Amino acid sequence: MPNATPFHPRTQALCQSYKWKDWSGYCAPCVYGMSPEREYNAIRNGAGLLDVTPLFKYDVSGKDAARFLSRVLSRDVRALKPGRMTYLCWCDDHGKVLDDGTCAHLGDGRSRLTAAAPALHWLMRHARRYDVTVADVSDEVAALALQGPTSRAILRDACGEVVDGLKFFGVATARIDGFEVVLSRTGYTGDLGYELWVDNAHALALWDALSAAGKRHNLEPVGLDALDISRVEAGFVLRGIDYTGANEALIEAQKSSPYELGLGWTVTLERDGEPFIGQAALEREKREGSAWALVGLDVDWPAIEALYAEHGLPPHVPSAAWRSMVPVYRDGRQVGRATSGTWSPTLKKNLALATVEASVSEPGTPLYLEWTVEWSRQVVPAVVTKTPFFDPPRKRA
Amino acid sequence: MKQYDAIIVGGGHNGLACAAYLARAGRSVLVLERRHVLGGAAVTEEIFPGFKFSVCSYVVSLLRPQIIRDLELPRHGLEILPLECSFAPAVDGPGLVRWPDARRTREEIARYSAKDASLYPEFGREMAQLARLVKPVIDEPSPDPASLHPTELLRLARLGKPFRELGARGIHQLVKMMTLSAADFLDEWFESDVLKAPMSVSGIIGTYLGVRSPSTAYVMLHHYMGEIDGAMRAWGFSRGGTGEVSMSIARAAQAFGAEIRTEAPVAKLLMRGDEAAGVVLADGTELRARVVVSSVDPKLTFTRLVDAKYLPSEFTHALSRYRLRGSSGKVNLALDALPEFTSRPGDGLHIRGDIAVAPSIDYLERAYDDAKYGKFSRRPYINVVLPTLTDSTLAPPGKHIMSCFVQYAPYHLATGPESWPQHREAFGDTVVDTLEELAPGLKNRILHRQVLTPWDMEQDFGLSEGNIFHGELSLEQLAFLRPAAGFAHYQTPVRGLWMCGSGTHPGGGVMAAPGKLAAERMLKERAL
Repeated sequence: MPNATPFHPRTQALCQSYKWKDWSGYCAPCVYGMSPEREYNAIRNGAGLLDVTPLFKYDVSGKDAARFLSRVLSRDVRALKPGRMTYLCWCDDHGKVLDDGTCAHLGDGRSRLTAAAPALHWLMRHARRYDVTVADVSDEVAALALQGPTSRAILRDACGEVVDGLKFFGVATARIDGFEVVLSRTGYTGDLGYELWVDNAHALALWDALSAAGKRHNLEPVGLDALDISRVEAGFVLRGIDYTGANEALIEAQKSSPYELGLGWTVTLERDGEPFIGQAALEREKREGSAWALVGLDVDWPAIEALYAEHGLPPHVPSAAWRSMVPVYRDGRQVGRATSGTWSPTLKKNLALATVEASVSEPGTPLYLEWTVEWSRQVVPAVVTKTPFFDPPRKRA
Repeated sequence: MKQYDAIIVGGGHNGLACAAYLARAGRSVLVLERRHVLGGAAVTEEIFPGFKFSVCSYVVSLLRPQIIRDLELPRHGLEILPLECSFAPAVDGPGLVRWPDARRTREEIARYSAKDASLYPEFGREMAQLARLVKPVIDEPSPDPASLHPTELLRLARLGKPFRELGARGIHQLVKMMTLSAADFLDEWFESDVLKAPMSVSGIIGTYLGVRSPSTAYVMLHHYMGEIDGAMRAWGFSRGGTGEVSMSIARAAQAFGAEIRTEAPVAKLLMRGDEAAGVVLADGTELRARVVVSSVDPKLTFTRLVDAKYLPSEFTHALSRYRLRGSSGKVNLALDALPEFTSRPGDGLHIRGDIAVAPSIDYLERAYDDAKYGKFSRRPYINVVLPTLTDSTLAPPGKHIMSCFVQYAPYHLATGPESWPQHREAFGDTVVDTLEELAPGLKNRILHRQVLTPWDMEQDFGLSEGNIFHGELSLEQLAFLRPAAGFAHYQTPVRGLWMCGSGTHPGGGVMAAPGKLAAERMLKERAL
């Protein structure tokens, strides 16, 4: 039985679809209304409000906090200034990714790590040699994502000018109706957006304050289905879907390195002091090359239309994103698998994220993706494409 | 002096699309727009401070998804927000909302007729099947059945293939659609006026015909085409107003190297012998090109751009019978607050789609009765949208835009089209009064009112006789007959002069298909 998040009294009242799913032990709405489409459109054209409390959150403090985090994370966060957040991943000794998440420097030597899967044991195990305290605040800190072009206007109405100075991946503290909330200009949609972190006790007040401010700015509550469409457009990988955490993999072949997931840019190999966990293996991989690469696929839509037309059918794609493993071919040989995909309502394209052999991962490489029409397995052309597929200037502006 | 490969006359969405496709193929292209803004009738303008109106065209109906992909329009700023439902308010009673959700729509219709409610999905499926036949037609140049050219015959046969799969019942339905009036066709299916009236209007939009005029049933099919685009959800608003469709195409064209000039009105063609060699601007500047492509309507093209002496008399005669006769107007309102419909108060989802003032078939036919004798309708059909509910970039927070498409407003008033300016405000009052009956208090919320009569559309936007589609979308003016028999492939009787506007196949609406197809045709014919 999943738990209720602190926002549940509000989300439950709004969720007319009765469609919920278990997200890390919490029940989370898949979609509030009739279809994820209008919620997706809120994210891209107004703003979407999403309960992201089920993320795992760890507060790390103490004299050695930055040094400790730089040891366990693949990114060197010692230079991360107070009021900044960064995206990163962490690996096992063999350089295989355990999870990806964010690390924020909240000031006073305190940092907060977010994770998709529980990481407390992993952090504690390595914390022993450091003067640090690791606190699991997952069940104490509630979180909301406020994503979309009008999100800034909503926050300005709700908590004032503090928002104006907040740059992409910036973190600040604000006060709303007398309680404190941590704001970060981050998100999982590839759009202008913020995440808000607040003590459970003030969760409902935060929801209400944002809802009230959002009235004039096309704010909608959005569920996970809409989020999934936008995160594929943004080219973000999802643990458990696009890759398997090394600690959950049953066989070696299920594990991936940061380079194989397109997260190489978050890895700091050049650094002073002690190496990070998995560094030697990643140095070797960087030198010798990776076996796999995570790429974007732009799946040829006219070809899909033609397949459906052969059956006398109009083309059809599900209204939500899909997340099943689908073979990818080149010259009749399987060279990888697509792991999630979606029809992009904004780009009018059929998109997928795929892990393919590194030799066929150059943008522009023509591949084939399996596509099933009326139980008949076919292939359609798909071109390797740089991600993010959709990257509006407002995200950073 | 520089010679362009192509000069495009008119910077509307079709002219720009044509330019983008030609530039993409490596040709040097210059677009000349008379006004200070691009877009033609697909334009966004800040008419009242802080309020951006989609002045003329207000929804994006069938913008071809292939064009969106080919030109990477989202990268150039295009975002389309779907229209979610259709609300027909009533003076008394709850009216009718058709939702994207089958069960809710069934419940709505069942208030008036349980029989209609159960039949409605079947009607939709049948229309979608028929629309599938029409869809390939709009994505390709129209084959001419009178031509004996092998490629034409082959293409005709290919288009004909799905007809065989339709079966007898499908073919009977299709023939009925092509001949019956919208009202008669719907009578064959449904009994409830509240349902039939808002459905029938898609058969008359932009025409000078009534819902009881024969052949209007066919145009309803176009409405279902958006739905068989299926996942593409082609019906919607363009973020930033309809002008953003044009602007995104313009930015794509420029990225491919096309040049665009505004405030550059073209006076006439520059001729070399009996061939087009370029254009002469109003200020006398001569610009040369291998081809000139006119995106303005056929009447303007062949009466203003080209001297009649270059045209065969048969062609001139055919075009003189080409029917434009605009029948609609537009009223754009800047509102202090949302309207409250007595039918259904509140700012719920029901007012986020389109709102059709079409309470009954008789109401619509009476509106046409006025128009037949040269008056605007005393109680017109109005299609209302409130784009600010989905797009917050158009107005200050909390304020709204109410866009009203109004039919009938016949160009040919009994007192003459030039008398429209005297009737403009009375026409605007009629529209507001009609809406006030459904949403009392609306008048007090109006901050600004812009009234566009067909005369204004002609004078300000170059739409001859105020026709929003560059010529009626009636069967005898479509496909291989658009704009004239023998000239449906974007060429004209004047060598070096081509057409790419809504007056060519597949016609009007913000499809951009004529622009694309014209460019492809010119490239294929090695015209430049």
